[in-house]
Amino acid sequence: MQNLLSYLNESLLFRNFVEVIGGLDNTLLLLVISLPIGFVLSLIFALGRVSTNKFISKPIASYIFVIRGTPLLVQIYLIYFGLGSIEFIRESFLWYLLREPFWCGVLALTINTVAYGSEIFRGGIQSVTKGQIESGLSLGFNKIDLLRKIIFPIALRKVLPSYGNELILMVKATSLVSLTTYMEMTGIARKIMAKTFAPVEAFIAAGILYLFLNFLMVQFVKYLEWKYNPHLRVEQN
Amino acid sequence: MFKFDKLVFGDLGWGDELLFATLMTITVSILSMGLGLCLAIITVWAKLITNRITRLIANFYTTVVRGVPELLVIYLIFFGGNSVIMGVAKLFGYNGYIELNALTIGTIAIAFISATYSSEVIRASYLAVNKGQVEAAKALGLNKIQIFLRVMGPQIIRHALPGIGNVWQITLKDTSLISVTGLVEIMRQTRIASNVEHSPLTFLITAAFLYLFLTTFSGKFFKVLEINYSKGYS
Repeated sequence: MQNLLSYLNESLLFRNFVEVIGGLDNTLLLLVISLPIGFVLSLIFALGRVSTNKFISKPIASYIFVIRGTPLLVQIYLIYFGLGSIEFIRESFLWYLLREPFWCGVLALTINTVAYGSEIFRGGIQSVTKGQIESGLSLGFNKIDLLRKIIFPIALRKVLPSYGNELILMVKATSLVSLTTYMEMTGIARKIMAKTFAPVEAFIAAGILYLFLNFLMVQFVKYLEWKYNPHLRVEQN
Repeated sequence: MFKFDKLVFGDLGWGDELLFATLMTITVSILSMGLGLCLAIITVWAKLITNRITRLIANFYTTVVRGVPELLVIYLIFFGGNSVIMGVAKLFGYNGYIELNALTIGTIAIAFISATYSSEVIRASYLAVNKGQVEAAKALGLNKIQIFLRVMGPQIIRHALPGIGNVWQITLKDTSLISVTGLVEIMRQTRIASNVEHSPLTFLITAAFLYLFLTTFSGKFFKVLEINYSKGYS
């Protein structure tokens, strides 16, 4: 045991591992704020996207088109470097948020995930068959009840696997925020590399942690799928 | 705020530099997509033959690379690639210093990432082709190569095209990440220009438009290909 501990202490990979874990909270902080906001906004935007009002659906469609057609890095740089160069933003209260790389990262990630998420949810909402909506209407449901009790439960169940994919992409996307000097796991791995000149050990340590995070994410989505699809569960006896 | 005069061609603006950067982005995307498809075919082959070891290696590769941020993979290959290549060269008895240029490293890194996505697409489309077709071809006396070229190949392409189109878009957008290796593509040129001119907004918006242009038009191209390959079904 003593031998193992001293061996680990000497191993560069293990020391890097401990150091990179220090950035885990920053990575998680980005996710914890941008994912829930992104989820709620995605639902709202998806509803707007399928709306018959052109003044609502067209702007949302073009927003989705622009965000999905440009790399996330451009969006992060636009918010971090671009918005800061506009005079009136620097003078407004927004500057207190936007001068921090963290809030720029949160904003960029949210904008990005809303575009992808709302496209996913749109697919789910459109896959709800007309008959189900009609039967809801004939039971006297108003619009909100219809959404809450019929459309959302059916749509969300259907899109869970693809939304799970999007969640994993988001976990991976947080690494880009490191390019705006924000010190999350990739940023720390980069710093270790510059310090020790041992790139492989530094990035493998960070890679293992990202793999672990994504593994947890997959398990979480699997649990949700199991929970919300009781009719698809295979009986174990 | 948005300085149009900085975008002119010639010495006064950055128009020609951005054009070359765009061509570089296209080059890297096409090269890495091609290399990625080759890698993907090997991966699919490794997954589909009944050999446990190759399947294990292929699954490990796709799971790990898809579970790790693209930026990390690029860093790893960019900073760690040279030492790996020198180690391999040492095995063959070459002890000199080898350094690959940013284009090669970037292409390999992006190909490495895009191959994982392509392999899933190709595997699914391979499995989507009805087994009865192969049996029918065998009954007609076609040999293995003929079966692949005339029966399986065209149908795999048809099933895979929409997915490959998506992978292409992802690959195109991922090339923005290799700006960290110093390769002068759109993103890198944008950063250089905006640092010189102190006008990030101008160049970043231009970059966004360039990417939007590339993704839109290549998307149209894939649509045409899809129509072409599903002629027999329309």
